Amino acid sequence: MTKPLVAIRSVAKNFGEFQALRSVSLDVWPGEVMCLIGASGSGKTTLLRCINQLAAVDAGGIWLDGELLGVREQGGRLHRLSEREIGRQRLKTGMVFQRFNLFPHKTALENITEGPLQVQGRKSDEVRAEALELLRRVGLSAKANAYPAELSGGQQQRVAIARALAMKPMLMLFDEPTSALDPELVGEVLAVMKELAKSGMTMMVVTHELGFAREVADRVVYMDQGAIVEQGRASDVLGAPREERTKAFLSAVI
Amino acid sequence: MKPAPALAEGFPDLSGMQIAREPHWFRWLSAALIVLVLAAIARAFANGQIEWSYVSRFLTAKVILEGIVNTMVMAVLAMALGIFLGIVVAVMRLSPNPVLKTVAAGYTWLFRGTPLILQLLLWFNLALVFPTIGIPGLWSARAVDVMTPFLAALLGLGINQGAYTSEVMRAGMLSVDIGQYEAAQAIGMGRLRALRRIVLPQAMRVVIPPLGNEFIGMVKATSLASVIQYPELLHNAENIYYANSRVIELLIVAGLWYLLVVSILTPLQMLLERRFARGTLRLAR
Repeated sequence: MTKPLVAIRSVAKNFGEFQALRSVSLDVWPGEVMCLIGASGSGKTTLLRCINQLAAVDAGGIWLDGELLGVREQGGRLHRLSEREIGRQRLKTGMVFQRFNLFPHKTALENITEGPLQVQGRKSDEVRAEALELLRRVGLSAKANAYPAELSGGQQQRVAIARALAMKPMLMLFDEPTSALDPELVGEVLAVMKELAKSGMTMMVVTHELGFAREVADRVVYMDQGAIVEQGRASDVLGAPREERTKAFLSAVI
Repeated sequence: MKPAPALAEGFPDLSGMQIAREPHWFRWLSAALIVLVLAAIARAFANGQIEWSYVSRFLTAKVILEGIVNTMVMAVLAMALGIFLGIVVAVMRLSPNPVLKTVAAGYTWLFRGTPLILQLLLWFNLALVFPTIGIPGLWSARAVDVMTPFLAALLGLGINQGAYTSEVMRAGMLSVDIGQYEAAQAIGMGRLRALRRIVLPQAMRVVIPPLGNEFIGMVKATSLASVIQYPELLHNAENIYYANSRVIELLIVAGLWYLLVVSILTPLQMLLERRFARGTLRLAR
């Protein structure tokens, strides 16, 4: 029997008084494309950030590829992992941010090679060849030596996807990857993501692009107030929602 | 397609006209006035009790040239020490570790809170507190032999500069978007590597103008080391006028050299700014 790539169990996360996540449990299976939808503040971005350990969970646990994230169980207690170990665990995930967060002082190519060279310590000619191949895959071969400021938003986000892929992650996390883009640039980023989904990558995508969710997602998860309200096949959740809150959300966004 | 509606009357076509040049009488007048005042000051100095021949003779005297070399050596070394300490302390200050944070804040408090000249005198007179210094059992020496004017000046100026530079560096690091730290973490970088590879290079763009300012301040602050017998420019000029009593002449000599050095530093700063402006379209021009 296959095991889930990500197993989330009773995860809670608070920011002061605000409960961003309250007891969320979820499995993500290898090769699955999951879209997380919901209003802002519903906890979907926080969930991604917990998986990538940009935020530490307050309660519960997340297992990635069978390994408990961020903490180690010993003598009935949880001990936080060192920064080095957390860094090693992060390498299994690739993250794409809403605001791209490319390194502005490095070219597109250097953005992609930075992690493999500096963190993984791999050989530079091999890394460079792979980076050029990734740039080709996201349709930006001509922009290898361009700085982020010389690229459009859509091009920057495609470089950011290539940068995340360069680390050869098992899981790709997308945090509203098209929300900061002009409408005419959304399509080129979604096309790259579709191609990635087709290649068998496991993906968790926080998005407001319901068209993309309907077309690409194996599963759609609707979250509200830090909890999962409804989940299932895209056609079911988006086409025939059972929960009142899902219905209200969908009628508000469409 | 319908023709465009007729435009309203009463708004003539200005496209052939140019913007007229204004005479700016007041600018001419004020410029002339300033030139007159400057000429009067220059005339006063030329006819005053100043032997200009001494100025030109001592401007390139060996002792003065040695002084300017010592000034520059000290300014560069002390600034390098200051920047090194400044980066370390700024990183400590922004660390989540409360011990490091407190130590960094204490350092800044202590060395920013006392006059530089007092710190120089303390370093120079360290032998009064610790007659011998060293590592027990390994090495020791008399403090008066170790704490030369050079070392006292370097420690005094560099450590003091570090306290100021740490705040400049901290401001620079805070100016880098939090998303840059997160993106660096997301590709597996630890805190220090993210700082070195991603955050500091971007912070440099912001901190170079204030650091240039600090360095110019440092060139002049080295003159304080004259009180602890470090043979920099002002100290050597003073030694000459103690002998020949040409006080103003030699102070003018020193002043001209400081002005020259600072004038050379400004374009150098521009070059550095351009180097660190990589990737930004708004290049330092």
